[in-house]
Amino acid sequence: MPEIQMREALNQAMCEEMQRDPDVFLIGEEVAEYDGAYKVSQGMLAKFGPMRVVDAPISESGFAGLGVGAAMVGMRPIIEFMTFSFSLVAFDQVVNNAPKIRHMSGGQLKVPIVFRGISGPGQQLGATHSWTVDALYTHVPGLKVVCPTTAYDAKGLLKTAIRDDDPVIFLENESMYGLRGEVPEKEYLLPFGKADIKREGSDCTVVAWGHCCLTALAAADKLHKEHGIEVEVIDPRTLRPLDMPAIMASVQKTGYCVTVEEGYPQCGVGAEIAAQLQENSFDYLDNSVIRVAAMDVPMPYSKPLLQHVLPGVERVADAIKKAIYFQG
Amino acid sequence: MTLNGKGVSVTTLVEPQQKIDPSPSQMMDWYRQMVLIRAFEMRCAQSYQQQKIGGFCHLYVGQEAVAVGSIAAVRPTDYVITAYRDHGHAIARGMDIHPLFAELYGKKTGCSHGKGGSMHFFDAKKNFFGGHAIVGAHIPLATGLGWAAKYRKEDRVVLCYFGDGAMNQGSFHEALNLAGLFKLPIIFMVENNGYGMGTHLHRASAVTDLKLRTGDAYGIPGKDVDGMDCVAMYRMTMAAAEYCRKGNGSIFLDVKTYRYRGHSMSDPQKYRTKEEVAQYQEHDPIGRLEKQLKDSHILDDKKVTQISDEIHAQVEAAHEQADADAYPDTADVWSDIYANTFGDYKA
Repeated sequence: MPEIQMREALNQAMCEEMQRDPDVFLIGEEVAEYDGAYKVSQGMLAKFGPMRVVDAPISESGFAGLGVGAAMVGMRPIIEFMTFSFSLVAFDQVVNNAPKIRHMSGGQLKVPIVFRGISGPGQQLGATHSWTVDALYTHVPGLKVVCPTTAYDAKGLLKTAIRDDDPVIFLENESMYGLRGEVPEKEYLLPFGKADIKREGSDCTVVAWGHCCLTALAAADKLHKEHGIEVEVIDPRTLRPLDMPAIMASVQKTGYCVTVEEGYPQCGVGAEIAAQLQENSFDYLDNSVIRVAAMDVPMPYSKPLLQHVLPGVERVADAIKKAIYFQG
Repeated sequence: MTLNGKGVSVTTLVEPQQKIDPSPSQMMDWYRQMVLIRAFEMRCAQSYQQQKIGGFCHLYVGQEAVAVGSIAAVRPTDYVITAYRDHGHAIARGMDIHPLFAELYGKKTGCSHGKGGSMHFFDAKKNFFGGHAIVGAHIPLATGLGWAAKYRKEDRVVLCYFGDGAMNQGSFHEALNLAGLFKLPIIFMVENNGYGMGTHLHRASAVTDLKLRTGDAYGIPGKDVDGMDCVAMYRMTMAAAEYCRKGNGSIFLDVKTYRYRGHSMSDPQKYRTKEEVAQYQEHDPIGRLEKQLKDSHILDDKKVTQISDEIHAQVEAAHEQADADAYPDTADVWSDIYANTFGDYKA
């Protein structure tokens, strides 16, 4: 199986879907002539032309709304936000128009649109550019939220997102675009709402997605090497729908659970998973669920401060040890 | 006499160059539509006071000629989208009034199954795309409708209505820039009734000649039109639609109109005098068309009474039917949210 970068996997997903369906088009800042701010859309303008790979002005509310309007009449726009921090400028279009028009029209319309781009604290960009929007958008009925961890997941999930008839928030990560992973040459799609066990283990369940899933896997390797602790890492892959049955099944096996996210702890995705576990799997838990998240502060610029605020391998490993009462 | 209170004089209104004379039967049809809209709205006012209608309810009384004259000038295949004062547009677009009353009363038989209410009327089959309640937020959607038409090389124009208050929102300016940049076939129509809720245009807009705000700024030329004159609305919209269909891009129409009722049903209207309202009512769009039709011997007093009686009976019947209809089942809260469903969500 060929190994490709995550950005290539995303590019392949978009190109394949655009070849398959003339109603799919990509619009965003610098996606066409510049070849994408992060080169995800590299070569697509040459392949599909300026009506299908469209440079938008710096006008997030405008072009996000353009996408929603086009989706109302059956087109399948892919809206690239240079970062999801900028999606906040278009928040009304993303949380009000995209997910509510179906509802307010009594099901007469559907809005098949994908909003994709990077989310997460990135590279020392300061507080306004460093949003992790997972929880913000997972909060909203009518949206679906996807956060891939591997190149394989990214391609299969983006193809599904483009074919899905509902608005999908597709969260990528700048530091992961260059990571390589095996991606089959044959076409495949991955379903929403199906978690993937990224590492099997019997001692503790860790739920993590996207960039944090890599952190969790590193922490699991460390604990395995240092203490023989076997961590099970569950990657929900989609946060809405969220595969709670898979998480519960793992917790019923291990008895312990840690969640890891780069977003904030208050009303975060981890908080939701913890709440659902105490509602549905209380008798299986041998300790409280521990959340590892960004600290509850705006993202600082200074590198050591930023690293301190974000959940790193040490913090995750410590949380796992605490969760399982490890006395090492 | 001035239109828009402290604003633009009637004499400055620009007539369209193109003279298109509607037929007597077209004009009679518009007359009936306007009478229907007004009767519908007056019944809504009553129903609101009887607490049959909840939430916000923004009546179209006084502005009837705008929706009727302009929608008459476009084709069924064209796209129509508007803001929250949407009852008139829905009726002019040919929606049956029973599902509208039912929607207002929160009934299962409502056009949006009771999920949308007064501000969110939709009829996808009639290319009527709402009914949108966040001021200005639907204007970018109009660019998407226009984009789709252009992308698919379809002969369609978009008719996008909004109020003068919406023109100060960022979404308006972003949408107009995109429409100008991409040359999208959109008629942007401000229903300039002079007030954004209780704030007069001159207290909200740095430039009150609104067409100046789109021409040089976004390359979208503007025209003034008398929104109290159904025939003028028809002619100007015909000319605008032709301009868009020829691939010229978008056009902006500053439609001078007036609402007789408050911004919404809960508006005490302390910002204007009764005399001001009375002054506009002298130029009532229904009365004006009625006079034209009478002068042309197409209509007489007897026929006016007959039409009024018929329409009021039609409105009462639709209201009564909607009032008697069932509310949706509580289980229906889980439907109409996702097209590809999961968990508790149903189709």
